[in-house]
Amino acid sequence: MKRLQRIAMLCLLIASAAWAQSNLEINTPAISQIRSTMQSRHAQLAPYYASGAVGLTADGGVALRDATAVPLAQRPAVQGLIAQENADRASLYREIARANGHPEWEADIRSTFAQRWIERAQAGWYIQSGGAWNKK
Amino acid sequence: MNRMPIALLCSAALLAGCVTINIYFPAAAAEKAADRIIDGVWQLQQDKPATAPSEGAKP
Repeated sequence: MKRLQRIAMLCLLIASAAWAQSNLEINTPAISQIRSTMQSRHAQLAPYYASGAVGLTADGGVALRDATAVPLAQRPAVQGLIAQENADRASLYREIARANGHPEWEADIRSTFAQRWIERAQAGWYIQSGGAWNKK
Repeated sequence: MNRMPIALLCSAALLAGCVTINIYFPAAAAEKAADRIIDGVWQLQQDKPATAPSEGAKP
């Protein structure tokens, strides 16, 4: 009976190790903080994605694509939003790599996110590929 | 009873295998994590982006 219990324990251990491998840790306080800041900023950025003023870059960030689509008075604000968004995204990629014990994964995480942001972008948003902007 | 050490060795080897594999970047897990975060940031689950008020404020 005791042996069975031990075997069951080992199975549990192996299963949890396998589970940990198929899921990345994204629930640390630092990551949650960045996620909620980015979520609230998105309400401000969304109209600029839709108008084509701001687009998604190939390296997992955002950039000003067409400054003329933004009224002159609003340009500094938009540039501020873009800078904050890129800083948050950089911290997000770094924190996920760190939370999973592999800081060297940061670049891989960034390129995975870059693909997924683009894949899940709404139709009509602009996406950068090979230096050129394309409308999705 | 003398089967225990073998069982232990086997499971130790299995566990070590998992740890070794984990050195490589888990691309599928990263995609899943990215999708979960993107869902939250872009509010894709609710399908109700709050763009209407900010669009009204644009011009």
